[in-house]
Amino acid sequence: MPILEHPAYPPATLLCLESLVPCRESQVSMLLSIFGERQQLSFPSIFIYGHTSSGKTYVMKTLLNTLQLPHVFVNCVECFTSRLLLEEILIQLQNHSSETRRASPVPCDTFNDFVRLFKQALVSQNLQDQTVYVVLDRAEQLREMEANILPAFLRLQELTDRNVTVILLSEIVWEMFRPNTGCFEPFILYFPDYSIGHLQKILSQNHPPEYSADFYSAYINILLGVFYMVCRDLKELQHLAALNFSKYCEPVVRKEAKERDTRKLWKNIEPHLKKAMQTVYLREISSSQWERLQCEEGELGQIKGLSAHAHVELPYYSKFLLIAAYLASYNPVRTDKRFFLKHHGKIKKTNFMKKHEKTSNHLLGPKPFPLDRLLAILYSIVDNRVAPTANIFSQITSLVTLQLLSVVGNNDQLDGPRYKCTVSLDFIRAIARTVNFDIIKYLYDFL
Amino acid sequence: MSTRSLSKGCFVFKPSPKKRKVSRTTAYYFREGSSDLEDSELRFATCQSLQKQVKSETEQIEEELNEQLFDNLVSFLRRSHSAFQEKKTEWTCRTKSREIPTAALVLGVNVTDHDFTFRSLSEVLQNNVTPYIALLEAKDCPGIKNLMQKLLGQLMNCCIDVDSSEEEDYEHVSRSRVRCSMTTLINWYESATKRTDSETPGKKRTSSRHWQSPPVVVIFKDMESFTTKVLQDFVVISSQHIGEFPLVLIFGIATSPMIIHSLLPHSVSSLLCIELFQSLSCKDHLSTIIDKILLTTQFPLKLSEKVLQVLINIFLYHDFSVQNFIKGFQLCIVEHFHSNPLSVLCCQLEEAKRRVNSLSHNQCENVRRLPSFRRYVESQVSEKQIALLTVDSSLKEAVQKLLEDLNVYHENYFPILRCLHVFTSSLPKYPLGKQIRELHCACLENRVWETEEYESSLQLARMLNKSDLVTMLQKCVEILVSSPGREFDEIVEKLKEFLTQFQKLEEAYQERDESISPQKELQKKTNLYHLQKTLLELKESRRSKKLTKFEMLRFEVVDYIDSLVRHYLVPADHKTLHEIVYFNTASVLREHLNAAPRIALHTALNNPYSYLKAFSTVVTAAEGPTADAASSDQVDDVIHARFIRAVSELELLGFIKPSKQKTDHVARLTWGGC
Repeated sequence: MPILEHPAYPPATLLCLESLVPCRESQVSMLLSIFGERQQLSFPSIFIYGHTSSGKTYVMKTLLNTLQLPHVFVNCVECFTSRLLLEEILIQLQNHSSETRRASPVPCDTFNDFVRLFKQALVSQNLQDQTVYVVLDRAEQLREMEANILPAFLRLQELTDRNVTVILLSEIVWEMFRPNTGCFEPFILYFPDYSIGHLQKILSQNHPPEYSADFYSAYINILLGVFYMVCRDLKELQHLAALNFSKYCEPVVRKEAKERDTRKLWKNIEPHLKKAMQTVYLREISSSQWERLQCEEGELGQIKGLSAHAHVELPYYSKFLLIAAYLASYNPVRTDKRFFLKHHGKIKKTNFMKKHEKTSNHLLGPKPFPLDRLLAILYSIVDNRVAPTANIFSQITSLVTLQLLSVVGNNDQLDGPRYKCTVSLDFIRAIARTVNFDIIKYLYDFL
Repeated sequence: MSTRSLSKGCFVFKPSPKKRKVSRTTAYYFREGSSDLEDSELRFATCQSLQKQVKSETEQIEEELNEQLFDNLVSFLRRSHSAFQEKKTEWTCRTKSREIPTAALVLGVNVTDHDFTFRSLSEVLQNNVTPYIALLEAKDCPGIKNLMQKLLGQLMNCCIDVDSSEEEDYEHVSRSRVRCSMTTLINWYESATKRTDSETPGKKRTSSRHWQSPPVVVIFKDMESFTTKVLQDFVVISSQHIGEFPLVLIFGIATSPMIIHSLLPHSVSSLLCIELFQSLSCKDHLSTIIDKILLTTQFPLKLSEKVLQVLINIFLYHDFSVQNFIKGFQLCIVEHFHSNPLSVLCCQLEEAKRRVNSLSHNQCENVRRLPSFRRYVESQVSEKQIALLTVDSSLKEAVQKLLEDLNVYHENYFPILRCLHVFTSSLPKYPLGKQIRELHCACLENRVWETEEYESSLQLARMLNKSDLVTMLQKCVEILVSSPGREFDEIVEKLKEFLTQFQKLEEAYQERDESISPQKELQKKTNLYHLQKTLLELKESRRSKKLTKFEMLRFEVVDYIDSLVRHYLVPADHKTLHEIVYFNTASVLREHLNAAPRIALHTALNNPYSYLKAFSTVVTAAEGPTADAASSDQVDDVIHARFIRAVSELELLGFIKPSKQKTDHVARLTWGGC
């Protein structure tokens, strides 16, 4: 029993469409009834939202292509200025009938021009008597453009006085779009996330020709068992499935197990998938490296992940500058005397603390400090005398460019610059260890 | 040039036509400042040729060092897109999402060196892989629009560079009208590759060094400084089109590859296929440079211990920059030839000998003034002394002889130093330093055999085991055989003799081992009490026992090495005429390379009286030499008044402010991060 039914389209096409969009039948039938027949006016603008890879782009593309509806498909990230966006729409529209792209772009700077040129294009392409669909993918980017772009697209039908429907695709809800000045409210359609059953069904559909569908489906089942907890992204899962399938087939290829030996196959693949979750999935090692490892049967230890290279080698004084910056960021100013003066007397922590300082500074994050404080701490933690040479100052600047420090506030020439230390405790401890500096002893939080 | 304005800003200075005409050569400036005009032109020429030599040598070394890294990168580029082109139809390739191949190039924190690396990298790629390379810097790309503009500009230009004749119609498209979008890029790529395919056979030569459908390489020079948004957008956009043209990204990373994860969220980094490449650590890089440039006899100029220490300290404490180190060395060269009139003799021995003959009388006097030469003269017999001090020709003769001695000294010094380093670098805790540069500095500083560290290293060397000792001796033999020194045959002979003795010992041991083994078996059968007893006896006997043959030999070896050190590793400043080839004014170098602007400002500003004095000096100098107020202690009243007024004006404008401390007068507000 076909789910999709529409008098305007032949049932064969609809059946084909149905097989192409599994688990999205209800959304598609909803869209079909909004679209109506080719020549009928449709809703001026439709807003479709849903999580990453919930099939928004795919469904729209397949729907428009299968039913051969005249349409323009634009990615708003790619067209980062309004001019690029408008021109891209026009170019696609002009090339609608002919396959070869004409290279002469029409200059189109304002929306007014766009409306005029859009009408011309419709006439030249003979599209007056049917609905033209303009799909704007990643529509959240429209908010970054000029203020008139989004409201104008929403009422494009009215502005052009032609049969056109604008479809916005986005990952965020409509409430985040609505401009202050108000606008035409689009028809809102939600694409819910795929459930685990949906994922299983969709992933199993595309099985390699050499193996049976059941065999592949069992594999997908195992894969989802491992990855569903961390990843529901269909694209990513498909990628992982393709990457690890050869390993799954290994026992079968070597004739050690039959296709039905699910348990044996599971035993073989499960640790492998777990390893994949810690490495490939996190992009610790690349997928091509992962494939090469599979081929060579090598141990994983050969290729270290990106995070294994966290160690940063710094010049001697840069290390101390960073340590000083860390201390300045995480210690209250009043405690400097306690840490860096020789005869500071006895100051106990309890009566020394103010109320708000009882929370750990490490929970609150780094605080900004002036340059002079950084230098004062530097002089007192380095054993030998440090001359404040130009090299020291340039080192501070290069620490900023390396994103180990960050400048806070505007670059006011009259005030000394203020910095924040952006490195983690583990990082600074590793640095301090290389210069034999016990940083914990100098941190107020660990007193 | 100066302005009368008190405020900081940009001022237009029209070039005065008079000055323009006189274009002065570097040689002029070289002569201009030097205290002694003797042979300045010859010195300048020598200096220039030496500079050139050093430059080419260092560049070659760097190329060799980077070779491995670049090879890896090239093979990565080769791999990155070939897989997809070969098995397009395979199931895995269709199902797998297409990631952008990305090389994470970790180059270390010495950002100043990266420019050179990237330049040679793009050269290598241009020669072997692809003409389509774009180098992007964060400061040029504050937004995605600027990034695309830069990218398209560079790529389309590079195409023009390759075959300029056919590309002319391209240039007519004015840059501003080019739509900066990926589609433009893809269209351009298609037409560009098509064009090279359909080229005339004569032109194929150029395209043959590149691959079929060469990849487009986009290099992000300083990954850390790019904003998250720009990078994300670029990756997302280009991942949409990765199927249409072969794009490869290279991220230049200074800190650690973790920065990729902190800059890009998982949804974006999952579009990349990141492989890690690590360049040689800058410390190893420096060691190679020192080893090949400073620890050879190739260059006549040598650095004294203090100078070398200044350069190394700047490297280790401040910047990790090999380029800066080389620049420092070049500065030493200039400074030496500039300030030392006798540096004219600082060249290859043959040439130096020739130059000695043509020394002027003044230069001979300069030689006589050298402290090391004076010491030499004092050690001679009185007739010789008189001859050396009065007759130029006999002086020249002696100088020639001494230069030759110095040359021989260097020829012997470096190989022996390396031999000693073989020993000291394998001792526990490295009493004389792990690196050869540390050992070199120790030897230059004073007699190394008088130091405690040397004593303790000898003691440790006397405890080395046999296999280590043998390998070290073998290494020493290798070093000495491959070095050009003349006196090494004897030493090599001696070392080889030691080696054969060790060999013999080993054979003797093996024989004895066989004889001992039955005894051991006997021991096994005894009970605990007997075992204890025998062990005690053994211990007793070991304590009182005379040295074994091996130990004797080991002592002999160490003593021999010691004698070599005492003979050959004499500090250079004990050598006569060392001033000619050693640059030793570390203070000058420090002044140039380790400027302390804050100290200068501080002393200038926190003492109002010296501030006033300086002000009056400047003002009177500007008004002409007639006013001699500066020479007297009393400052002119008018100038005093001007000073006070100027200071309060500066204060009003916010450039200086009175400090709260009593002793200080003012502190500059605009110090900022200087």
